[in-house]
Order: sequence, then C-alpha cells, then structure tokens
Amino acid sequence: MSAPVLRASGLSKRYQLGEHGRGTSLGRSLARMLGSSGDEARDNVFWALRDVSFDIHEGEVVGLIGRNGAGKSTLLKVLSRITHPTEGRAQIRGRVGSLLEVGTGFHPELTGRENIQLNGAILGMRRQELQRKFAEIVEFAEIEQFIDTPVKRYSSGMYVRLAFAVAAHLEPEVLLVDEVLSVGDVAFQRKCLGKIEEVAHEQRTVLFVSHQIDSIQQLCQRVLLLRGGRVQAFGPTQDVIAAYLSDAATSADGDFDLWDHPTRAGHHTPVIRRLRLCADDGSMTTRYGPYDPMVAEILVEPPHTLRDPIIGLGISDHFGRRIFTVASFFEPEGLEPISGLSRIRCRIPELRLGSGRYLVSVSVQDRYHGEFDGLENVAEFEVYWQNSYGTGEPFRPVFGPVLSKSRWERLEP
Amino acid sequence: MERWTTTIEPPRGWAFFPLREVWAYRELLYFLVWRDVKLRYKQTALGIVWVALQPIALALMFTIVFSRFLDAPSGGVPYSVFVLAGLVPWQLFAGALGRSSLSLVANEHLLTKIYFPRILIPLASVLTASVDMIFTLAVLGAVLAYYGIGVSAAVLILPLLIALVLIAAIGIGLLLAAINVRYRDIQAILPFLTQIWLFATPIAYSVTLVPDNWRAVYDLNPMVGIVEGFRWAIIGGDFPQALWPSAALIILLAVAGIVYFRRAERSFADIV
Repeated sequence: MSAPVLRASGLSKRYQLGEHGRGTSLGRSLARMLGSSGDEARDNVFWALRDVSFDIHEGEVVGLIGRNGAGKSTLLKVLSRITHPTEGRAQIRGRVGSLLEVGTGFHPELTGRENIQLNGAILGMRRQELQRKFAEIVEFAEIEQFIDTPVKRYSSGMYVRLAFAVAAHLEPEVLLVDEVLSVGDVAFQRKCLGKIEEVAHEQRTVLFVSHQIDSIQQLCQRVLLLRGGRVQAFGPTQDVIAAYLSDAATSADGDFDLWDHPTRAGHHTPVIRRLRLCADDGSMTTRYGPYDPMVAEILVEPPHTLRDPIIGLGISDHFGRRIFTVASFFEPEGLEPISGLSRIRCRIPELRLGSGRYLVSVSVQDRYHGEFDGLENVAEFEVYWQNSYGTGEPFRPVFGPVLSKSRWERLEP
Repeated sequence: MERWTTTIEPPRGWAFFPLREVWAYRELLYFLVWRDVKLRYKQTALGIVWVALQPIALALMFTIVFSRFLDAPSGGVPYSVFVLAGLVPWQLFAGALGRSSLSLVANEHLLTKIYFPRILIPLASVLTASVDMIFTLAVLGAVLAYYGIGVSAAVLILPLLIALVLIAAIGIGLLLAAINVRYRDIQAILPFLTQIWLFATPIAYSVTLVPDNWRAVYDLNPMVGIVEGFRWAIIGGDFPQALWPSAALIILLAVAGIVYFRRAERSFADIV
C-alpha cells in the first residue's frame, strides 16, 4: 500500500458547554465571574473527539460514518484547520480542499458568474485555474442561460447545482467532504457521486461523510466509524457498515422512537414519530419466523394534511442492501388522507426471509406536496430459521435472502 | 518519501501578523474586497453618489451649526474647507473601524466552513472602506478648486497619513472584531463609541479651542494628530507636533490588536 497522505495521531477536541458559548453577553459573563459557579463551569466540558488515530493512503476513498454528535463534522473541521485540536496531531501531505457545505460564501445579490469567482476563491482555487475551468463548471451546473442572473432568482435546484459544480472542480490532493450530497435531486446526486469517483481515479484522496449508506458503499473502500468522539471501527466498508447499522437499530422490544432519531438527515421536518414491529396478534417483537406475518405500526404527525400519503417500508439486509419494499401506493386501495397525529398499520402477510438480521427503513411523503420524511435502516429484527420439515438442516446464505413457498410433486413421464 | 506539508496541532504561544499566509491568500483578500464593493452598489439607485453625499451633508451641517450659529474659528480658510479636511480622514477611520469591528460576525458562515487566515476578513473590510475615500477626497478637491485654494508640497505626506489611519482602524478594528465574536455587546457600543470619538476629535472645531490643561488627556486620542496632520498637509500652517505621539500610539494599538486577535482567533469557529 502507498504512503499515508493523512495521519491522525491522538486527535482530541474539547468544547466548553453551557452559556459561555455562542454570542454570549458581557454582563452574563461578568455575573458568572463574580458568582460562585466557577467550578461548575469548568466541569462542564464535552469531548467531541477523543484520541482519534488513523492513516489514510493515497488514492483511497474513505467514508466517515456515525450517529449525529459522534464527531464526524468536528473531525472534518479539525482536518480542514477551521478549528484547532485540543490535543494530538494531524499531518497531511499535499493541498487540502474541504467542502463542508455547498455554496459557502454564495451571495444572493451576486450573479452566477460572480458567485463562481467568489466561491472559487473561497475554496482556494487560483484565478487562472478558475478561468480554465469556468466553461466546464457552467456546463456541469446546467445554468448557461442564467449565468448573468443574480442567484436569488435561481430555483433551489439551480443554486445547489451551481454551488456543487464549483466545488466539484477543485483539484486538491486531499478532499474532505461533509454531507453535501443529500441536497439536490437524485439525478444530480448521481452526477456528483460520479464526479467524486472520477476524483478518486486520479489518485486523489477523499474523506467523506454521508448518512446514505448506499453512496458510502458505492464509493468507499474503507469506512471510519466514530462513536462518542472515538474511533469505533476502521476497516473494509462492508464490515464497518454492518456493525454500524446493527448498532443504530437495536431495540429489545420492537418499539423504536424515531422522533429525534440521529440519522435523520438535517433538512427533513420530522414527521415519523415512532415505529413498532409487532407479531400478528399485535404484541411487539423483533423475532420472526421465516413465513411469519409482520405488522408494523407507524406513528406519524405531519405538519399539514397529507392528501395522498405515500408510506413505505423497506427491508434491507445487514449490509444495507434492500431486499424488498412495501408501500401504500403499491396497493390499489392506497391510504386515506392523514392529518394530525395518526397511527398507520401495515401488515405484511408473509416475510419470506432467510434467517439473519434485517433492517427496516421507513418513509412518509405526500404525492402532491412532496412533504417528506425518511429514515434509513432504523429498526432491526431477526428472522430465525425454522425448517418446516423438522430435518434440522441449517439455513445457508447460498440459499439467498428470499424464500418462496413451493409445491413439489412427481409427474408421470 | 515526501515530507508532510501540513501539520495540525494545538496552538501554543503568541503569534504576530501572518504575512506569508496573507500573501498566499491574496486572491481571496482581493475577492472579499471585490464582493463588498460590488454588493455596496447593487440595487441602489444612486450607487457611488451616496459615498460622496455623506461627507457633503456632514460638512454642510457642521458649517451651518459651527460656523453660522457658533462662529467657530477655522484658521483663515473657509470653514467648509476646514471641516472637510478633517472629515476625509475621519470618514475613512470611522468607516473602516465600523466595518471591520462587525466583519467577523457578519462572515460567520465563512469562519465556520472554510479555512483561511482569519485576519483577511477585517483586513478586507478596512480595504473596502478605503475605496470610499477616493470619493471623499474628490469632494475635498472640488471644494478646494471652488475656493481657488492651491496646495503645497506638504500634500505629499497624505499617503503616509492615510496609511496611519488605516493602521489605526485595523488595530482597533481587530480588537473589537475579536471581542465581538464572544460578546455581541460591541455591536451595541460601536455607534455611540464612534459618535463620542467624533466629538473628541478636532473635526468641527479647531484644536486651539481645547483648554491647555485638557490637552494631556485629549491627545490620547490618536485621531487628534492625524486630523491635524491632514489640515496641515492641505491648508498649511504650523506643523502639528501632536502627530508624533499619535503615530506612536497608533503603532502600539496595532501591535496590541494583532497580538490579541491572533490569540483570540483560535476559538472563533467554536464560539461565533
């Protein structure tokens, strides 16, 4: 393996909690100094990163995952020199480009052309470099006609495309990317992923954060999993993702509180409150037989009436690969409009899954408004093997994840 | 094997002006100034006219109040020339100080999302403010021409005085900008600080009106020497001795501002 281009050794970052943070007022601070709560304030610290060490090699694309508050963004901020580590050291070989947000420094009053120039300078592009790539950026963003229009008149899609286009044309040796792909439409997301793959093929190194397990799988050879500011796992993508997913979705009784779930992407308004996995008799469970029915109860509270609600459940295996999806709009009768706090019941008559652990994703949207909330791989259940003939033959992965009933008979020749 | 190019470690000790880094990021500095100048005139009907209109309106007010009503002495030149010669450096100072003090908080989104030498932001706002001076100087030139007042070779000292004003604005601006990141109180203090400072500076009145026993305190205001210097460069008269202590004070303030800023900048991204 080639030499490391990024090495973190014992990186730690401590934050002071409490009022003494953002935009505090002088008076309050003076009051605290005169008061006796000094010791209390000193104890009120939080380690966003604790003793984080790893090596990343040239040309590697490494995914960075973990629940919200695990320290992913702090790690990227320390590596991009936005904030200092409290302890430890990071070393980097080559130019670092960081993309912690799409469109940093974009100003609504400036035109597309002006924003490209400004944003390019902010991201560290040289003027000649920018001039050379200008046409390419405009083409990538698909905004040719609007290049001299102030971006405040752009649709949000155009805005995001332009912002990402500038960033995508950065050519640093080490690229740090925070969760920026969750914005924009699916087609453009795919285009951006393609761009990142291209970057990796040029022997450049990428460290990127995503909540979207499938983009991590598509792009990364290795994944770094953070938990509570520490490295919980760093290794081949499949192994780390499996560990992460099962960790994020365990519940002893089949009751999953999703109201402030950590993996909900930031821009979604929470609509889904709770998910309960039940047996056919309504009792909660996380263990099913291969042909058992599954009953899922979803508690939702949409901010507006969902006139034509589309609710879906996705079942994925432990590597995040989708096995099947059920959705209200697959069914001819659909679902009635939903308003206010509502309990939605979905019954899957037969699971037909091979033995193993599975993950449930849930999504709610309205066909008209596009109101959307979705949570990936948030509930885990187990299917145990039960050979209907009692032969004791174990379930083997080569059988594949899906079972089907079949009937066998011998016919006359 | 190549060496590491970047090492990130907890900061230690004190730092001074990051000249090499600012040079490396000069294009960003240019674009920050370019952005602010551009935004200034977008969506305004009169655009740059406003910049020239401000000192004209102020000079007019001062002329009416101090010259007509109070009959303040103006050292043998028309009062409007007298007051404008003081307003040019003052407007530059007040504009640069105001912009730079609020600059970090106004650019919070840049501080928390991207790395660059933090000092670029207040530096860019001081430079933006100095673009305005082109117009105030033009107004002064026009008034001088109107009264048929010629200038002497002393006018050649102006670039030096302007540099001193900028250094003063940077020094104090860095201090206030860094404090404002933690305590937004600066935002509230700034408008009346500027007003008090305006009256503590001999702009509308001549420094000869200040009683002698007040001078020791009065001269602690570094803008006293600067404004006197401007008047001397444009109108003539005795060379103002107050310029020397003012210049020394300004350099001292700038050093303090830079050192404090460099210390405080470590936590900007965490607390802004």
